[in-house]
Parts: sequence; C-alpha cells; structure tokens
Amino acid sequence: MDFWFFLEVLIGGLLSGVMYSLVALGFVLIFKASGVFNFAQGAMVLFAALTFVRLVEYGVPMIGAAVLTMIVMVILAIVVERLVLRPLVNQDLIILFMATIGLNYFIEGMAQTVWDSNVHVLDLGIDEYAAFEVGQAFINKFDVMAAGVAGALVLVLSLFFHYTAIGRALRAVADDHQGALSVGIPLRHIWIYVWSTAGLVALVAGLVWGSKLGVQFALSTVALKAIPVLIIGGFTSIPGAIIGGLIVGSGEKLAEVYLGPFVGGAIENWFPYMLAMVVLMIRPQGIFGEKIIERV
Amino acid sequence: MIKSQATEKINQKKHQVMRIQNVSLSFGGLKALIDVSLEIYQKEILAIIGPNGAGKSCMLNIISGIYTPEEGTVIWKGKKREKVAPHNIAKMGIARTFQNIALFTGMTVLDNILTGRNLLMKRGLFYEAMFLGWARDQEIQHRKKVEKIIDFLEIQAVRKVPVSRLPYGIQKRVELGRALAAEPELLLLDEPMAGMNVEEKEDMCRFVLDVNEQFGTTIILIEHDMGVVMDISDRVAVLDYGRKIADGLPKDVRTDKKVIDAYLGVG
Repeated sequence: MDFWFFLEVLIGGLLSGVMYSLVALGFVLIFKASGVFNFAQGAMVLFAALTFVRLVEYGVPMIGAAVLTMIVMVILAIVVERLVLRPLVNQDLIILFMATIGLNYFIEGMAQTVWDSNVHVLDLGIDEYAAFEVGQAFINKFDVMAAGVAGALVLVLSLFFHYTAIGRALRAVADDHQGALSVGIPLRHIWIYVWSTAGLVALVAGLVWGSKLGVQFALSTVALKAIPVLIIGGFTSIPGAIIGGLIVGSGEKLAEVYLGPFVGGAIENWFPYMLAMVVLMIRPQGIFGEKIIERV
Repeated sequence: MIKSQATEKINQKKHQVMRIQNVSLSFGGLKALIDVSLEIYQKEILAIIGPNGAGKSCMLNIISGIYTPEEGTVIWKGKKREKVAPHNIAKMGIARTFQNIALFTGMTVLDNILTGRNLLMKRGLFYEAMFLGWARDQEIQHRKKVEKIIDFLEIQAVRKVPVSRLPYGIQKRVELGRALAAEPELLLLDEPMAGMNVEEKEDMCRFVLDVNEQFGTTIILIEHDMGVVMDISDRVAVLDYGRKIADGLPKDVRTDKKVIDAYLGVG
C-alpha cells in the first residue's frame, strides 16, 4: 500500500468530514436546547446560501451580504418561535418534530419562490482546485480553509455553551421547561437565540457547501449526510458532531478507495449509514452523547 | 381577616408579605379552591396541609403566580398583583421546588445551582460570547456565592456530578440549592420530603430551618408527614375539598375537631 496515497485519501476524507460536521452542528444546537430534531436545518442551509448569493448578484458586497443574510436568519428565528414553537409549548417532542418537517417544506418552497430555483455560482474568492503538497500527498487548499472555519465555529460555540450564563440557560431549557421558568429563564428569548445561532451555522455551512457544489436545491439534501454524523457523534455533543464528521468523512473515502473495488464501487454513499447502524447497536447514544441511565 | 387568635398573637409584629383574599379557582367543573383567604407573614414557615386533592398544589401555584385566580385578589407586598408571565415570577423574589424534581438533569450540580443565579447576572451577549473582562469577573463572583450554598447544603462531594446520577434525596437538596441561589424572599417547597428516608428527612428539616433562620427567608411548604409539619412550621393552614378549614399554631391545628375529622382522624 502506498503510504502517501493513503495519507492523501485520509486527509481528504477528514477535511470533507469537517464539512459534514458543519451541517451536523446546526442540528446539535437545536437538539441541545429543545430536544427537537430540527428537520428544517437542511432547508435553512439552502435558504441562507441562496439569500447570500442572490444579494451578491444584486451587487451587495460580500461582508454586507453576510450581515444582511444573518439578519434575515434572525428574523426567521423570531417568526419560527412565534408561529411554530410558541403554540406548541409543552407538547410532545414528536409533535414538535412533525412541525419541523412542515417547516422544512415551507422554507424550501419560500427560498425558491423569493429567490429562484436556478443553480448559482458562489465564488468566495478561493480557488477550489488549488492544492499544496505535503510530502507526496496533495491537499486541497479550499478544504483546509473550510476545516479551519468549522473548527473555529465549534470552539466558540463549545465555550459559549459551557462557560456563559446564556449557554447555561440554553442547556437548562433543553433539560426542563418548568425548572427553567422557575429560575426566571424566558423560554421565548432562549428559543430565538438558539434558532438564530442555528441560522448562523446554516449560513456558514451554506457558504462553504455552496461554493463547492454551487448554490442549488441539492444543498438541502446535504443535511442527510449529517444524520450518520449525529448518530455516531451523539445528538447532544458539539465535539461529538466534529468527531462524528471526521469518522464519516475519512471512513467513506477510505472505504471507497480500498473496499470499493471488491464490491463494485460507489460504497461511499451508503457506507456512513452502515457505520451509523453499527454504532447504534453498540452505543445507542453515540460516542459523546449523554449516557442513557434508566432506573428500575 | 385573621381568624385564629393564636395566629394574631404571634404575628402581631410581623410584616405581611402576601395576602390572598377570597380566591376561587376551578378546572372545568372541578372546584379546586373555594373562597380561600390566606395571609403570609415575613420570615415565617407556613405549612399547607390537607388530604389528596384538597387544593394544596393549586394554592401554591396561585401564590407563585402560575395560576391566576378566577375570583379574589392576591396582594403582594401591599400591591394587587396582576397576571404574571411564568418567567417573571422569579424576578419578584419567589423561588420554588417541585413535587417531581425539575432539575436540569444533564448538567452538573454546580451548573444547576449557578443557573439559579441567572437573573442576578447582568447580560452582555457580546462580552459573554467573548468571555471577556467583567463577564469573567461576574462569573467568579457568582461562583463564590454558589460554593457557599453547596457548603451549606453539604453537597461538596458531588459538586461536579451530573444530577441525573445522584440519588433522589440529594437531587431534592440540589433543587433547594437552585432555589436558594436566586436569593428569594419567598421560598415555596412542594413536598420537599416526599419519598425520603428518615435520615434524609431530618437533614432536609434542618436545612429548611437553617434557611429560615440564617437568610430570613419566608417559607411555604406542602408536606404530608405530620411529624415534620408539626415540628418545623410556625403556622399551619389546612385545606379540605378546596376550602380552608383551619389556620393557626401547629398545636392548635392538631387538636382542631374539623381537622381531625377531615384529615388526621381518617388517615
């Protein structure tokens, strides 16, 4: 086995894994703070990317477009809280989950009605194909940048969740609504914070993925790749989303290159799900998920 | 308004924190509270007792503002209280524990109690996000207060343990700690000793008395254990089928004919 080739595949896989993590992060945030699997996260990625790219096409400078898009995502968070979450307070989680499925279709539809459904080129000014050499392995520059962005985002969010009063309030709301209210945490504000943060993550994910794949409807299905990442890393852990992403990314690329030829190839697409299934059998809460303890 | 002479005697010099006047509340056809009046005096320990379904928890929820009475008024510190949003109750200086523990199970003991101080922390989203300057100093100040509460409740050993792993009795203690962290004026305890063994109950009694004595907190508790109620409370109010049937010193309530008929005698 050629060592350099192996290294190149591995690093490529790890870097694309970080990009999966970026999408998974959005799910983790909302899951941590409300116990809901937000089915609409993928649509939010699409919506954010589309808003950004259209604003840029209208001649808004990139920074301005990013700020404007972020404002739009905050407005979306407020609207979601008011129209979807508030009327469903204290309902079963499955009902909230169903609501996010509806929300998913709504946002997808709205994104394409307000903007359009064409494929847009998003150029962040970084050459996607530029690569540099480490030893004899080629490494994609863009992937490294994306990984850097994702890493920074994760670091900031982890610190925020663990060491600030608002972060604690977010976790408190996720654990017990009644208890949170009794210490004076306003649920509504907290939900707006969380959905806005998820909006920010969606924007970053949208930009990174959008400049790789082009901004198009397929972006909303990138979210599907986040599911094995979440199962492997654990739904409630921010570091878990990263590790899960790395495992999925490197796993699928290595499997494709080394196992693919024996079974006819194209295993990249289903390998992560199989990996997730194995994890489910051994450790249902994921590698970093909170332990499920049941007293009898 | 004060019915029992004994009550009047002990509370003469005390300041009234809350007055509940002729309050009624029903759920559909079920009348949970009928024309109940109750005064709460500063720094007292008031026990609300009564058989199951007598309206005790309902009363507690009216005091804490979760329910707004259909009839009657609630006077809080001399002013009529209107409907309040659930998260604003804590702002008024009212903290509570729950019959079924409502802790943040995924968080550590320390973080749970620290969350109780949330309202006392000044928010600055940007500084918080960056964890800069005074946001950090503030965190340290609050941490010190929390450590005091942890010492007070003798739970130093489990400080960093997620509460979901703790035994029931300790969880109840942590919940008390979270309520105390807000430095409340009025503390509501919904069955704080339910499901505890004798030793745990004794500890809890001691904490309740100490809180009352050291911090001067007014405490209202619902409890089923008559021994506990008679021992620690300054005053006892008895509810039966949504009506208040007695209100006075523990020793008077214990011998009250109506109370014995409704509750003690049967049990």
